[in-house]
Amino acid sequence: MPFRFVDEITSADVAFEAWGETREEMFASCAAALLNTMVNAPERVQRQRRIEIRLEYEELDLLLFSFLQELIFHKDADQLLLHADSVWIEEKREGGFRLTVIAGGECFDAGRHQPLVDVKAVTLHCFQVGLVDNVWKAVVVLDV
Amino acid sequence: MSLPSQLRRISENIWELPVTYREGMRVPARIIASESLLAGMEAGVFDQAANVACLPGIIDYSWCMPDGHWGYGFPIGGVAAMDLDSGVISPGGIGFDINCGMRLVLTTLTEAEVRPRIRELVDELFFAIPTGVGCKGFVRCSRGKFRRVIENGSGWCLENGLALPEDLELTEEGGCFEGADADACSEKAIERGFDQIGTLGSGNHYCEIQVARPENIFDQATARAFGITIPNQVLIMFHCGSRGFGHQVATDYLQSFLKVMTVKYGIKLHDRELACAPFRSPEGQAYFAAMKCAANMGFANRQVILHRIREVFSRVFHRSPGDLGMGMVYDVAHNTAKLEMHSINGVQRQLLVHRKGATRSLGPGMSGLPECYGETGQPVIIGGSMETGSYLLAGMAGSAATFCTTAHGSGRTMSRHQARKMVQGRKLLGEMEQRGIHVRTASFGGLAEEAGLAYKDIDVVARATEEAGLSRRVVKLVPIGNIKG
Repeated sequence: MPFRFVDEITSADVAFEAWGETREEMFASCAAALLNTMVNAPERVQRQRRIEIRLEYEELDLLLFSFLQELIFHKDADQLLLHADSVWIEEKREGGFRLTVIAGGECFDAGRHQPLVDVKAVTLHCFQVGLVDNVWKAVVVLDV
Repeated sequence: MSLPSQLRRISENIWELPVTYREGMRVPARIIASESLLAGMEAGVFDQAANVACLPGIIDYSWCMPDGHWGYGFPIGGVAAMDLDSGVISPGGIGFDINCGMRLVLTTLTEAEVRPRIRELVDELFFAIPTGVGCKGFVRCSRGKFRRVIENGSGWCLENGLALPEDLELTEEGGCFEGADADACSEKAIERGFDQIGTLGSGNHYCEIQVARPENIFDQATARAFGITIPNQVLIMFHCGSRGFGHQVATDYLQSFLKVMTVKYGIKLHDRELACAPFRSPEGQAYFAAMKCAANMGFANRQVILHRIREVFSRVFHRSPGDLGMGMVYDVAHNTAKLEMHSINGVQRQLLVHRKGATRSLGPGMSGLPECYGETGQPVIIGGSMETGSYLLAGMAGSAATFCTTAHGSGRTMSRHQARKMVQGRKLLGEMEQRGIHVRTASFGGLAEEAGLAYKDIDVVARATEEAGLSRRVVKLVPIGNIKG
């Protein structure tokens, strides 16, 4: 997944940039970066459970904010670590966006997963979503 | 890094950015720092302190403490007091980890008695206090019971045999923010945090076994008043907050304020992370009531952890916690907004004081102090990096200038990612062991991120707060054991 952690925009927290050819790919890249913030070797997180996430928002950037926040919620409420396997974004006729994500994952297992840091929240510090040279790009700072 | 050209020196340790620094500033921004600390501050600190100065209703100055560093919304170390009628409340001025705070606990044990048992103690603490990603606490709590926890804080712990009456007296606000209303919190927030009471979390959260060595005592009489009476006495310090519940409360209201801030209240800001609502508005009051619930979760969380620590020490030393002298020095919050009385131009006014990564620091005789600390001033607990030690200080009269506030930690100088590139967790663990600090961690990567080299010099930060008249050094505490999330 195309993402990289960046040092320049925060010292206390974790910042990453993520890309995609489409908005959907960019959302999936952000989810991968989030998972990789919480655990090392995220490929070891098996797809034992599937959940569907549906969200609507007027603005695309706040849709991404809510989506990542939803993944963080499941980490605490269900101890679930999730991959975003399928992502669909529709533009609603009346304006705004509708997101549907099928996420697969499993409960955190200290024996198999290598925890890195417990993410508290997505922040709006330097938060950006946009099309740069025909590639969708997001900049996200997580509070840890 | 070059400092902003408009920055001017007000006194030895106070620097000011005037209102002309940025369009929309209502008051100047003031930064407390020695020359070396100032030189190490990121440009973002000045930007963020200036953004805070633009918030409606801000009084006097937007302050930044000596451990200030680049955060989100407010700088870490940011302090702002708001007029209640014209001012706002902002989740970005409190942080996602509402009532993240420090607690310091005494023992009557000495280093010589604890050293031989340090492995066993650290291992037992590591099992008794869940740490790291997505952990659950030992308190079996229903969602309904959790609503009582968040409305009563440490009071709930007292009713349930998890606290002593004197623990509450030695906790800021008596361990409960009055006016907490569980109905102001989303079901999602409750769902996220109801089973996390008694968990440490991760990042810079830790529980440490420390020693007060005679050569590190700055003020013998105050140390004695704070309960440090034996050479090489062992203390326990821990740092954590309101866990997933508090994080969700902050997130919920950040999103809710974004919807109304400009459309309904006409407030425009430089940074969306400072999303706010008028304090007197329905949205502002709802957040204030929910934030108090999160603050109470923070107090209850630290109280339950204290209970577990007492059990562990009691088990390891085959003595009761009372016999081991395991009373508290103090518990102090560093991410809150509170209604407090302060003197502005000689007039006492009630203000809403936001502190984000900043500690309340009451000087001698100030109201709100437990009786036993009336003459000394409030114990202030400043946590350093796990390698270098921490400070116990006492609030000074001069803190009145900063709405009775001082620093909260040593402040990072290096990103987590950078630290992980430079330090190997396992190697660091071995090196610390050789230096006499036994560590257990849920994450070697997380341990590397917390290496001492990623932080400012705690000695310099503590001294800067003293020189600025905010808090004076009483004891420097050095670690011998640590559990990390």
